[in-house]
Amino acid sequence: MNEIIERMQALTIPGPIPSAISAPFWDATAQGRFELQRCDDCHRWVFYPRNHCPHCWGSSLHWQPAQGRGRLKSFSFVHRPGHAAWQSVAPYPVALVELAEGPTMLSTLLVTSEDQASLRIGMPLKVQLVRVGKFTLPMFVLSDEEA
Amino acid sequence: MNRRSMGAIVGIGELKPQRKTQGATTLDMIAQVVRLAVADAGLEKEAIDGLLVGPQVGETPQHVPATVCEYLGIQPRMSNVVDLGGASGPGMIWRAAAAIAAGMCEAVVCVLANTREEEASRSPNRNPIREFDVPFGASGANISYALPMQRHMAEYGTKPEHFAAIAAWARHNAQYNPDAIFYGQPATVSDVLLSPIVASPLHLYEIVMPVAGGEAVVVVSAERARSLNQRPVHLLGAGEKLTHRAISQAPTLTSGPLKPSMSQAMAQAGVSVRQMSLLSLYDCYTIMVALTIEDAGLCKPGQFGHWIESHRLGFDGDKPLNTHGGQLGFGQPDLAGGMTHVVEAVRQLRHSAGNRQIRNADLALVTGNGATVSEAVALVLGADA
Repeated sequence: MNEIIERMQALTIPGPIPSAISAPFWDATAQGRFELQRCDDCHRWVFYPRNHCPHCWGSSLHWQPAQGRGRLKSFSFVHRPGHAAWQSVAPYPVALVELAEGPTMLSTLLVTSEDQASLRIGMPLKVQLVRVGKFTLPMFVLSDEEA
Repeated sequence: MNRRSMGAIVGIGELKPQRKTQGATTLDMIAQVVRLAVADAGLEKEAIDGLLVGPQVGETPQHVPATVCEYLGIQPRMSNVVDLGGASGPGMIWRAAAAIAAGMCEAVVCVLANTREEEASRSPNRNPIREFDVPFGASGANISYALPMQRHMAEYGTKPEHFAAIAAWARHNAQYNPDAIFYGQPATVSDVLLSPIVASPLHLYEIVMPVAGGEAVVVVSAERARSLNQRPVHLLGAGEKLTHRAISQAPTLTSGPLKPSMSQAMAQAGVSVRQMSLLSLYDCYTIMVALTIEDAGLCKPGQFGHWIESHRLGFDGDKPLNTHGGQLGFGQPDLAGGMTHVVEAVRQLRHSAGNRQIRNADLALVTGNGATVSEAVALVLGADA
Protein backbone atom coordinates (compact mmCIF):
# COMPACT_ATOMS: atom_id res chain seq x y z
CA MET A 1 0.00 0.00 0.00
CA ASN A 2 2.74 2.47 0.95
CA GLU A 3 4.44 1.75 -2.34
CA ILE A 4 1.30 2.66 -4.32
CA ILE A 5 0.90 5.86 -2.34
CA GLU A 6 4.54 6.78 -2.95
CA ARG A 7 4.10 6.26 -6.69
CA MET A 8 1.06 8.54 -6.66
CA GLN A 9 2.87 11.17 -4.59
CA ALA A 10 5.68 11.25 -7.14
CA LEU A 11 3.33 12.25 -9.99
CA THR A 12 3.32 15.71 -11.55
CA ILE A 13 -0.35 15.93 -12.54
CA PRO A 14 -2.74 18.68 -13.59
CA GLY A 15 -3.97 19.56 -10.09
CA PRO A 16 -7.31 21.06 -9.15
CA ILE A 17 -7.92 24.73 -9.82
CA PRO A 18 -10.03 25.77 -6.84
CA SER A 19 -12.55 28.58 -7.00
CA ALA A 20 -13.56 30.67 -4.00
CA ILE A 21 -16.53 28.30 -3.64
CA SER A 22 -14.53 25.07 -3.68
CA ALA A 23 -11.41 26.24 -1.82
CA PRO A 24 -12.70 25.05 1.60
CA PHE A 25 -12.79 21.48 0.25
CA TRP A 26 -9.09 21.56 -0.63
CA ASP A 27 -8.15 23.53 2.50
CA ALA A 28 -9.78 20.76 4.57
CA THR A 29 -8.00 17.91 2.78
CA ALA A 30 -4.69 19.75 3.19
CA GLN A 31 -5.36 19.77 6.92
CA GLY A 32 -6.24 16.07 7.00
CA ARG A 33 -10.03 16.44 6.97
CA PHE A 34 -12.65 15.20 4.45
CA GLU A 35 -15.57 17.62 4.41
CA LEU A 36 -18.65 18.05 2.23
CA GLN A 37 -21.31 20.72 1.97
CA ARG A 38 -24.76 20.13 3.40
CA CYS A 39 -27.91 22.13 2.64
CA ASP A 40 -29.58 23.78 5.64
CA ASP A 41 -32.95 23.72 3.88
CA CYS A 42 -33.33 20.16 2.54
CA HIS A 43 -30.50 18.65 4.65
CA ARG A 44 -29.07 16.82 1.66
CA TRP A 45 -25.32 16.62 1.05
CA VAL A 46 -23.81 18.33 -1.98
CA PHE A 47 -20.75 17.36 -4.04
CA TYR A 48 -19.03 18.98 -5.92
CA PRO A 49 -19.06 22.31 -4.06
CA ARG A 50 -21.59 24.93 -5.06
CA ASN A 51 -23.08 28.14 -3.69
CA HIS A 52 -26.62 26.84 -4.17
CA CYS A 53 -28.11 23.43 -3.46
CA PRO A 54 -28.81 21.54 -6.74
CA HIS A 55 -31.60 19.60 -4.99
CA CYS A 56 -33.78 22.43 -3.63
CA TRP A 57 -31.96 25.60 -4.76
CA GLY A 58 -31.48 26.65 -1.17
CA SER A 59 -28.57 29.04 -0.72
CA SER A 60 -27.50 28.09 2.78
CA LEU A 61 -24.83 25.42 2.47
CA HIS A 62 -22.40 24.57 5.23
CA TRP A 63 -19.22 22.52 5.29
CA GLN A 64 -19.45 19.51 7.59
CA PRO A 65 -17.13 16.60 8.34
CA ALA A 66 -18.07 13.60 6.18
CA GLN A 67 -17.48 9.95 7.06
CA GLY A 68 -14.93 9.41 4.31
CA ARG A 69 -16.66 6.13 3.58
CA GLY A 70 -18.42 4.89 0.50
CA ARG A 71 -19.05 2.02 -1.87
CA LEU A 72 -17.46 1.11 -5.17
CA LYS A 73 -19.98 2.09 -7.86
CA SER A 74 -17.72 1.23 -10.80
CA PHE A 75 -14.05 1.23 -11.77
CA SER A 76 -11.67 1.13 -14.72
CA PHE A 77 -7.99 0.31 -14.95
CA VAL A 78 -6.58 2.92 -17.30
CA HIS A 79 -3.93 1.39 -19.54
CA ARG A 80 -3.64 4.33 -21.94
CA PRO A 81 -4.03 7.56 -19.94
CA GLY A 82 -5.67 10.61 -21.53
CA HIS A 83 -2.95 12.75 -19.95
CA ALA A 84 0.74 11.86 -20.18
CA ALA A 85 1.33 12.71 -16.51
CA TRP A 86 -0.24 9.39 -15.51
CA GLN A 87 1.78 7.16 -17.85
CA SER A 88 4.26 6.07 -15.17
CA VAL A 89 1.55 4.50 -12.99
CA ALA A 90 -0.52 2.90 -15.79
CA PRO A 91 -2.50 0.74 -15.56
CA TYR A 92 -4.03 2.62 -12.64
CA PRO A 93 -7.58 2.31 -11.32
CA VAL A 94 -10.11 5.14 -11.50
CA ALA A 95 -13.24 4.59 -9.44
CA LEU A 96 -16.69 6.01 -8.93
CA VAL A 97 -17.29 6.15 -5.19
CA GLU A 98 -20.83 6.47 -3.88
CA LEU A 99 -20.23 8.29 -0.62
CA ALA A 100 -22.16 7.29 2.51
CA GLU A 101 -23.69 10.78 2.47
CA GLY A 102 -25.24 10.21 -0.99
CA PRO A 103 -23.19 12.03 -3.64
CA THR A 104 -20.84 10.19 -5.99
CA MET A 105 -17.28 11.31 -6.61
CA LEU A 106 -14.67 10.15 -9.05
CA SER A 107 -11.37 9.22 -7.46
CA THR A 108 -8.27 7.10 -7.67
CA LEU A 109 -8.37 3.66 -6.07
CA LEU A 110 -5.19 2.73 -4.22
CA VAL A 111 -4.87 -0.87 -5.40
CA THR A 112 -2.64 -2.57 -7.97
CA SER A 113 -3.72 -4.29 -11.17
CA GLU A 114 -3.07 -7.60 -9.35
CA ASP A 115 -5.96 -6.70 -7.05
CA GLN A 116 -8.35 -6.23 -9.97
CA ALA A 117 -9.89 -9.71 -9.73
CA SER A 118 -10.84 -9.13 -6.10
CA LEU A 119 -12.71 -5.88 -6.77
CA ARG A 120 -16.50 -6.13 -6.46
CA ILE A 121 -19.07 -3.47 -7.26
CA GLY A 122 -20.59 -2.35 -3.97
CA MET A 123 -17.57 -3.18 -1.80
CA PRO A 124 -16.82 -0.73 1.04
CA LEU A 125 -14.12 1.90 0.60
CA LYS A 126 -12.61 4.54 2.83
CA VAL A 127 -10.83 7.75 2.05
CA GLN A 128 -7.05 8.04 2.10
CA LEU A 129 -5.71 11.57 1.75
CA VAL A 130 -2.66 11.67 -0.51
CA ARG A 131 -0.50 14.72 -1.05
CA VAL A 132 0.32 15.12 -4.77
CA GLY A 133 2.19 18.31 -5.59
CA LYS A 134 0.47 21.34 -4.05
CA PHE A 135 -2.80 19.57 -3.27
CA THR A 136 -4.04 16.78 -1.03
CA LEU A 137 -6.31 14.49 -3.03
CA PRO A 138 -8.96 12.28 -1.44
CA MET A 139 -8.15 8.85 -2.87
CA PHE A 140 -9.76 5.61 -1.65
CA VAL A 141 -8.63 2.26 -0.25
CA LEU A 142 -10.54 -0.97 0.31
CA SER A 143 -12.16 -1.12 3.73
CA ASP A 144 -13.19 -4.01 5.94
CA GLU A 145 -15.92 -1.97 7.55
CA GLU A 146 -19.33 -1.50 6.02
CA ALA A 147 -20.11 2.03 4.88
CA MET B 1 -57.66 42.65 -34.42
CA ASN B 2 -56.68 39.09 -33.69
CA ARG B 3 -53.08 38.55 -32.59
CA ARG B 4 -51.44 35.21 -32.38
CA SER B 5 -48.82 35.20 -29.63
CA MET B 6 -45.65 33.25 -30.41
CA GLY B 7 -44.80 33.22 -26.73
CA ALA B 8 -44.74 35.43 -23.65
CA ILE B 9 -42.03 36.72 -21.32
CA VAL B 10 -43.22 36.02 -17.79
CA GLY B 11 -40.17 36.53 -15.56
CA ILE B 12 -37.08 38.73 -15.37
CA GLY B 13 -33.91 38.79 -13.26
CA GLU B 14 -31.05 41.28 -13.10
CA LEU B 15 -27.83 41.46 -11.09
CA LYS B 16 -26.50 44.80 -9.92
CA PRO B 17 -23.54 45.68 -12.18
CA GLN B 18 -20.08 45.43 -10.60
CA ARG B 19 -16.89 46.93 -12.02
CA LYS B 20 -14.87 43.91 -10.86
CA THR B 21 -15.64 40.54 -9.31
CA GLN B 22 -13.61 38.59 -6.76
CA GLY B 23 -13.62 34.81 -6.74
CA ALA B 24 -16.75 34.62 -8.91
CA THR B 25 -17.47 31.95 -11.49
CA THR B 26 -19.66 32.34 -14.55
CA LEU B 27 -21.63 29.29 -13.45
CA ASP B 28 -22.45 30.86 -10.11
CA MET B 29 -23.45 34.19 -11.71
CA ILE B 30 -25.80 32.24 -13.98
CA ALA B 31 -27.27 30.41 -10.98
CA GLN B 32 -27.90 33.69 -9.15
CA VAL B 33 -29.74 35.41 -11.99
CA VAL B 34 -31.70 32.30 -13.02
CA ARG B 35 -33.09 32.00 -9.49
CA LEU B 36 -34.22 35.63 -9.65
CA ALA B 37 -36.00 35.23 -12.97
CA VAL B 38 -37.68 31.94 -12.07
CA ALA B 39 -38.87 33.42 -8.77
CA ASP B 40 -40.17 36.52 -10.61
CA ALA B 41 -42.20 34.25 -12.86
CA GLY B 42 -43.61 32.45 -9.86
CA LEU B 43 -42.37 29.09 -11.15
CA GLU B 44 -40.70 26.19 -9.37
CA LYS B 45 -37.34 25.07 -10.69
CA GLU B 46 -38.88 21.76 -11.74
CA ALA B 47 -40.99 23.67 -14.28
CA ILE B 48 -37.88 24.76 -16.20
CA ASP B 49 -37.30 22.28 -19.02
CA GLY B 50 -35.52 24.44 -21.57
CA LEU B 51 -32.19 26.25 -21.29
CA LEU B 52 -30.57 28.78 -23.62
CA VAL B 53 -27.13 30.01 -22.57
CA GLY B 54 -24.25 31.99 -24.03
CA PRO B 55 -20.76 30.70 -24.73
CA GLN B 56 -18.34 30.59 -21.80
CA VAL B 57 -14.92 30.87 -23.40
CA GLY B 58 -12.15 30.26 -20.88
CA GLU B 59 -14.28 28.56 -18.24
CA THR B 60 -16.29 25.97 -20.18
CA PRO B 61 -15.22 25.76 -23.83
CA GLN B 62 -17.56 22.87 -24.69
CA HIS B 63 -20.67 21.17 -23.25
CA VAL B 64 -21.88 24.50 -21.90
CA PRO B 65 -25.60 23.61 -21.49
CA ALA B 66 -24.79 20.26 -19.83
CA THR B 67 -22.41 21.99 -17.44
CA VAL B 68 -25.00 24.65 -16.60
CA CYS B 69 -27.86 22.12 -16.24
CA GLU B 70 -25.78 19.97 -13.95
CA TYR B 71 -24.75 22.97 -11.86
CA LEU B 72 -28.35 24.16 -11.51
CA GLY B 73 -29.72 20.68 -10.89
CA ILE B 74 -32.17 20.90 -13.80
CA GLN B 75 -32.72 18.43 -16.64
CA PRO B 76 -33.81 20.38 -19.72
CA ARG B 77 -35.46 18.72 -22.70
CA MET B 78 -34.16 21.49 -25.00
CA SER B 79 -30.92 23.42 -24.68
CA ASN B 80 -28.50 25.36 -26.81
CA VAL B 81 -25.71 27.88 -26.88
CA VAL B 82 -26.80 31.02 -28.68
CA ASP B 83 -23.65 32.65 -30.00
CA LEU B 84 -24.68 35.91 -31.67
CA GLY B 85 -22.65 38.51 -29.78
CA GLY B 86 -24.82 41.43 -28.73
CA ALA B 87 -27.85 39.90 -30.45
CA SER B 88 -27.67 36.75 -28.33
CA GLY B 89 -30.30 37.87 -25.80
CA PRO B 90 -33.00 38.70 -28.36
CA GLY B 91 -31.96 35.68 -30.37
CA MET B 92 -32.76 33.49 -27.39
CA ILE B 93 -36.31 34.76 -27.06
CA TRP B 94 -37.58 33.56 -30.45
CA ARG B 95 -35.71 30.32 -30.14
CA ALA B 96 -37.43 29.71 -26.85
CA ALA B 97 -40.84 30.49 -28.38
CA ALA B 98 -40.14 28.32 -31.41
CA ALA B 99 -39.02 25.43 -29.24
CA ILE B 100 -42.18 25.71 -27.17
CA ALA B 101 -44.36 25.86 -30.29
CA ALA B 102 -42.57 22.74 -31.53
CA GLY B 103 -43.45 20.87 -28.36
CA MET B 104 -39.86 20.29 -27.28
CA CYS B 105 -40.29 21.98 -23.92
CA GLU B 106 -42.65 24.22 -22.00
CA ALA B 107 -40.67 26.74 -19.93
CA VAL B 108 -37.32 28.02 -21.21
CA VAL B 109 -34.84 30.03 -19.17
CA CYS B 110 -32.59 32.26 -21.31
CA VAL B 111 -29.48 33.42 -19.45
CA LEU B 112 -26.29 35.40 -20.10
CA ALA B 113 -23.83 36.29 -17.34
CA ASN B 114 -20.16 37.06 -16.96
CA THR B 115 -17.43 37.76 -14.43
CA ARG B 116 -14.67 40.38 -14.47
CA GLU B 117 -11.88 38.94 -12.38
CA GLU B 118 -8.78 40.90 -11.40
CA GLU B 119 -6.50 37.97 -12.24
CA ALA B 120 -6.67 36.21 -15.56
CA SER B 121 -7.64 32.55 -15.44
CA ARG B 122 -4.67 30.21 -14.97
CA SER B 123 -6.16 27.57 -17.24
CA PRO B 124 -8.58 27.85 -20.12
CA ASN B 125 -10.78 25.22 -18.49
CA ARG B 126 -11.85 25.78 -14.87
CA ASN B 127 -15.18 24.01 -14.58
CA PRO B 128 -16.13 21.25 -12.11
CA ILE B 129 -15.07 18.30 -14.28
CA ARG B 130 -11.59 19.85 -14.59
CA GLU B 131 -11.36 20.40 -10.83
CA PHE B 132 -12.83 17.13 -9.54
CA ASP B 133 -12.25 14.46 -12.21
CA VAL B 134 -9.08 15.31 -14.15
CA PRO B 135 -6.77 15.46 -11.07
CA PHE B 136 -7.71 11.85 -10.29
CA GLY B 137 -6.49 10.58 -13.65
CA ALA B 138 -9.80 10.71 -15.53
CA SER B 139 -8.81 12.67 -18.64
CA GLY B 140 -10.56 11.94 -21.92
CA ALA B 141 -13.75 10.12 -22.88
CA ASN B 142 -12.59 6.49 -22.69
CA ILE B 143 -12.87 6.24 -18.91
CA SER B 144 -16.34 7.77 -18.94
CA TYR B 145 -17.57 4.84 -21.03
CA ALA B 146 -15.44 2.16 -19.36
CA LEU B 147 -17.17 2.93 -16.03
CA PRO B 148 -20.77 2.28 -17.21
CA MET B 149 -19.52 -0.79 -19.10
CA GLN B 150 -17.92 -2.28 -15.96
CA ARG B 151 -21.11 -1.52 -14.04
CA HIS B 152 -23.29 -3.19 -16.69
CA MET B 153 -21.13 -6.32 -16.54
CA ALA B 154 -21.29 -6.43 -12.74
CA GLU B 155 -24.99 -5.67 -12.47
CA TYR B 156 -26.29 -7.89 -15.27
CA GLY B 157 -23.55 -10.40 -16.02
CA THR B 158 -23.00 -9.04 -19.52
CA LYS B 159 -19.89 -10.62 -21.01
CA PRO B 160 -17.01 -8.99 -22.91
CA GLU B 161 -17.99 -10.98 -26.02
CA HIS B 162 -21.46 -9.41 -26.00
CA PHE B 163 -19.97 -5.93 -26.31
CA ALA B 164 -17.32 -7.14 -28.75
CA ALA B 165 -20.12 -8.42 -31.02
CA ILE B 166 -21.23 -4.82 -31.63
CA ALA B 167 -17.74 -3.93 -32.88
CA ALA B 168 -17.60 -7.09 -35.00
CA TRP B 169 -20.97 -6.30 -36.63
CA ALA B 170 -19.78 -2.73 -37.29
CA ARG B 171 -16.69 -4.09 -39.03
CA HIS B 172 -18.89 -6.57 -40.93
CA ASN B 173 -21.21 -3.82 -42.15
CA ALA B 174 -18.23 -1.64 -43.11
CA GLN B 175 -17.33 -4.30 -45.69
CA TYR B 176 -20.36 -3.13 -47.71
CA ASN B 177 -19.20 0.53 -47.57
CA PRO B 178 -16.08 1.28 -49.62
CA ASP B 179 -15.81 4.68 -47.94
CA ALA B 180 -15.49 3.20 -44.44
CA ILE B 181 -12.09 3.50 -42.75
CA PHE B 182 -12.24 -0.23 -41.95
CA TYR B 183 -13.35 -1.35 -45.44
CA GLY B 184 -11.23 -4.36 -46.22
CA GLN B 185 -10.54 -4.93 -42.52
CA PRO B 186 -13.24 -7.09 -40.95
CA ALA B 187 -12.79 -8.15 -37.33
CA THR B 188 -14.27 -11.12 -35.49
CA VAL B 189 -15.40 -11.12 -31.86
CA SER B 190 -12.13 -12.77 -30.90
CA ASP B 191 -10.14 -10.16 -32.88
CA VAL B 192 -11.91 -7.47 -30.84
CA LEU B 193 -11.19 -9.27 -27.56
CA LEU B 194 -7.53 -9.70 -28.54
CA SER B 195 -7.08 -5.99 -29.24
CA PRO B 196 -5.33 -4.12 -26.39
CA ILE B 197 -7.24 -2.93 -23.33
CA VAL B 198 -7.33 0.89 -23.33
CA ALA B 199 -9.34 1.43 -20.16
CA SER B 200 -10.75 -1.78 -18.71
CA PRO B 201 -13.03 -3.33 -19.78
CA LEU B 202 -12.85 -1.38 -23.09
CA HIS B 203 -10.73 -2.86 -25.90
CA LEU B 204 -9.17 -0.76 -28.64
CA TYR B 205 -11.56 -2.07 -31.32
CA GLU B 206 -14.55 -1.06 -29.19
CA ILE B 207 -13.52 2.61 -29.49
CA VAL B 208 -14.02 4.73 -32.59
CA MET B 209 -11.09 5.66 -34.80
CA PRO B 210 -10.77 9.46 -35.10
CA VAL B 211 -10.72 10.59 -38.74
CA ALA B 212 -11.07 13.82 -40.73
CA GLY B 213 -14.30 14.17 -42.71
CA GLY B 214 -17.60 16.00 -42.92
CA GLU B 215 -21.35 15.54 -43.23
CA ALA B 216 -24.09 17.91 -44.36
CA VAL B 217 -27.86 17.73 -44.47
CA VAL B 218 -30.36 20.13 -46.09
CA VAL B 219 -33.75 20.34 -44.45
CA VAL B 220 -36.83 21.98 -46.04
CA SER B 221 -40.56 21.76 -45.40
CA ALA B 222 -42.42 18.70 -46.63
CA GLU B 223 -44.32 20.98 -49.01
CA ARG B 224 -41.17 22.41 -50.52
CA ALA B 225 -39.65 18.94 -50.74
CA ARG B 226 -42.31 17.88 -53.24
CA SER B 227 -40.86 20.19 -55.88
CA LEU B 228 -37.28 18.94 -55.41
CA ASN B 229 -35.43 16.10 -57.04
CA GLN B 230 -34.85 13.61 -54.27
CA ARG B 231 -37.39 11.36 -52.66
CA PRO B 232 -38.03 13.14 -49.34
CA VAL B 233 -37.22 11.63 -45.95
CA HIS B 234 -39.46 13.02 -43.26
CA LEU B 235 -38.73 13.96 -39.66
CA LEU B 236 -41.61 12.27 -37.85
CA GLY B 237 -40.52 12.75 -34.24
CA ALA B 238 -37.71 14.09 -32.07
CA GLY B 239 -36.62 14.03 -28.45
CA GLU B 240 -33.78 15.59 -26.48
CA LYS B 241 -32.57 15.35 -22.90
CA LEU B 242 -29.58 16.41 -20.77
CA THR B 243 -28.94 15.01 -17.32
CA HIS B 244 -25.35 15.83 -16.29
CA ARG B 245 -21.84 16.52 -17.60
CA ALA B 246 -19.36 14.31 -15.72
CA ILE B 247 -19.91 10.54 -15.51
CA SER B 248 -19.49 10.86 -11.73
CA GLN B 249 -22.69 12.93 -11.65
CA ALA B 250 -24.77 10.61 -13.86
CA PRO B 251 -28.12 9.70 -12.21
CA THR B 252 -27.57 6.07 -13.24
CA LEU B 253 -24.80 4.19 -15.05
CA THR B 254 -26.90 1.60 -16.87
CA SER B 255 -29.46 3.83 -18.59
CA GLY B 256 -29.17 7.26 -20.12
CA PRO B 257 -31.07 10.30 -21.32
CA LEU B 258 -31.65 8.66 -24.70
CA LYS B 259 -34.38 6.63 -22.99
CA PRO B 260 -36.82 9.53 -22.57
CA SER B 261 -35.55 11.08 -25.83
CA MET B 262 -36.34 8.00 -27.88
CA SER B 263 -39.62 7.51 -26.08
CA GLN B 264 -40.63 11.08 -26.91
CA ALA B 265 -39.49 10.80 -30.53
CA MET B 266 -41.43 7.59 -31.11
CA ALA B 267 -44.52 8.91 -29.35
CA GLN B 268 -44.49 11.99 -31.58
CA ALA B 269 -44.16 9.81 -34.63
CA GLY B 270 -46.80 7.39 -33.39
CA VAL B 271 -44.59 4.38 -34.02
CA SER B 272 -42.92 1.69 -31.93
CA VAL B 273 -39.30 0.60 -31.94
CA ARG B 274 -40.28 -2.80 -33.35
CA GLN B 275 -41.44 -1.10 -36.57
CA MET B 276 -37.98 0.29 -37.35
CA SER B 277 -36.39 -0.88 -40.61
CA LEU B 278 -33.04 0.58 -39.50
CA LEU B 279 -31.46 1.26 -36.11
CA SER B 280 -28.97 4.06 -36.77
CA LEU B 281 -27.55 4.30 -33.27
CA TYR B 282 -24.69 6.49 -32.09
CA ASP B 283 -21.76 4.16 -31.43
CA CYS B 284 -18.74 5.99 -30.03
CA TYR B 285 -18.17 2.87 -27.88
CA THR B 286 -19.79 -0.57 -27.84
CA ILE B 287 -21.35 0.12 -24.43
CA MET B 288 -23.21 3.08 -25.91
CA VAL B 289 -25.03 0.81 -28.35
CA ALA B 290 -25.83 -1.68 -25.57
CA LEU B 291 -27.36 1.05 -23.39
CA THR B 292 -29.31 2.44 -26.35
CA ILE B 293 -30.78 -0.95 -27.31
CA GLU B 294 -32.02 -1.40 -23.75
CA ASP B 295 -33.23 2.19 -23.42
CA ALA B 296 -35.08 1.89 -26.74
CA GLY B 297 -37.08 -1.00 -25.33
CA LEU B 298 -35.70 -3.52 -27.84
CA CYS B 299 -35.04 -5.70 -24.80
CA LYS B 300 -35.48 -5.41 -21.05
CA PRO B 301 -32.86 -3.57 -18.96
CA GLY B 302 -29.79 -5.77 -18.59
CA GLN B 303 -30.82 -8.16 -21.37
CA PHE B 304 -28.56 -6.74 -24.10
CA GLY B 305 -26.35 -9.83 -23.90
CA HIS B 306 -29.24 -12.11 -24.78
CA TRP B 307 -30.45 -9.67 -27.44
CA ILE B 308 -27.14 -9.53 -29.29
CA GLU B 309 -26.89 -13.32 -29.29
CA SER B 310 -30.24 -13.70 -31.02
CA HIS B 311 -30.16 -11.04 -33.75
CA ARG B 312 -28.28 -10.40 -36.97
CA LEU B 313 -27.35 -6.75 -37.50
CA GLY B 314 -26.40 -6.68 -41.18
CA PHE B 315 -28.47 -4.94 -43.89
CA ASP B 316 -30.02 -8.33 -44.68
CA GLY B 317 -30.44 -9.33 -41.03
CA ASP B 318 -33.54 -9.18 -38.85
CA LYS B 319 -32.30 -6.02 -37.04
CA PRO B 320 -30.19 -3.92 -39.41
CA LEU B 321 -28.02 -1.63 -37.26
CA ASN B 322 -25.61 1.01 -38.54
CA THR B 323 -25.50 -0.35 -42.07
CA HIS B 324 -22.78 2.17 -43.04
CA GLY B 325 -20.50 0.48 -40.51
CA GLY B 326 -21.36 2.84 -37.71
CA GLN B 327 -18.65 5.09 -36.41
CA LEU B 328 -16.89 1.96 -35.15
CA GLY B 329 -16.51 0.80 -38.75
CA PHE B 330 -16.77 4.03 -40.72
CA GLY B 331 -14.56 6.15 -38.45
CA GLN B 332 -15.44 9.19 -36.36
CA PRO B 333 -15.02 12.53 -38.15
CA ASP B 334 -15.23 14.41 -34.85
CA LEU B 335 -18.62 16.13 -34.39
CA ALA B 336 -19.72 15.05 -37.87
CA GLY B 337 -19.62 11.46 -36.64
CA GLY B 338 -23.10 11.78 -35.22
CA MET B 339 -24.39 13.04 -38.54
CA THR B 340 -23.22 9.87 -40.28
CA HIS B 341 -26.16 8.09 -38.63
CA VAL B 342 -28.59 10.62 -40.16
CA VAL B 343 -27.04 10.44 -43.62
CA GLU B 344 -27.13 6.63 -43.69
CA ALA B 345 -30.77 6.63 -42.57
CA VAL B 346 -31.60 9.02 -45.42
CA ARG B 347 -29.85 6.74 -47.94
CA GLN B 348 -31.78 3.72 -46.69
CA LEU B 349 -35.13 5.53 -46.65
CA ARG B 350 -34.57 6.92 -50.16
CA HIS B 351 -33.80 3.35 -51.19
CA SER B 352 -30.47 4.51 -52.57
CA ALA B 353 -28.14 2.45 -50.34
CA GLY B 354 -26.95 0.28 -53.22
CA ASN B 355 -25.40 -3.05 -52.26
CA ARG B 356 -26.44 -2.66 -48.63
CA GLN B 357 -30.06 -1.56 -49.21
CA ILE B 358 -32.55 -2.80 -46.60
CA ARG B 359 -35.61 -4.25 -48.34
CA ASN B 360 -38.68 -2.02 -48.07
CA ALA B 361 -36.91 0.38 -45.69
CA ASP B 362 -39.63 2.56 -44.21
CA LEU B 363 -38.67 3.83 -40.72
CA ALA B 364 -35.36 4.61 -39.02
CA LEU B 365 -34.47 5.38 -35.42
CA VAL B 366 -31.48 7.74 -35.31
CA THR B 367 -29.67 8.65 -32.11
CA GLY B 368 -26.99 11.12 -31.09
CA ASN B 369 -25.09 11.16 -27.83
CA GLY B 370 -22.64 13.57 -26.28
CA ALA B 371 -20.24 13.94 -23.35
CA THR B 372 -20.61 11.06 -20.88
CA VAL B 373 -23.93 9.42 -21.84
CA SER B 374 -25.36 12.80 -20.88
CA GLU B 375 -26.46 14.73 -23.98
CA ALA B 376 -29.09 12.88 -26.01
CA VAL B 377 -31.07 13.48 -29.19
CA ALA B 378 -33.31 10.92 -30.90
CA LEU B 379 -35.04 11.22 -34.26
CA VAL B 380 -37.58 9.08 -36.06
CA LEU B 381 -37.19 9.39 -39.83
CA GLY B 382 -39.65 7.99 -42.35
CA ALA B 383 -39.69 7.28 -46.08
CA ASP B 384 -41.99 9.30 -48.32
CA ALA B 385 -45.36 7.63 -48.70
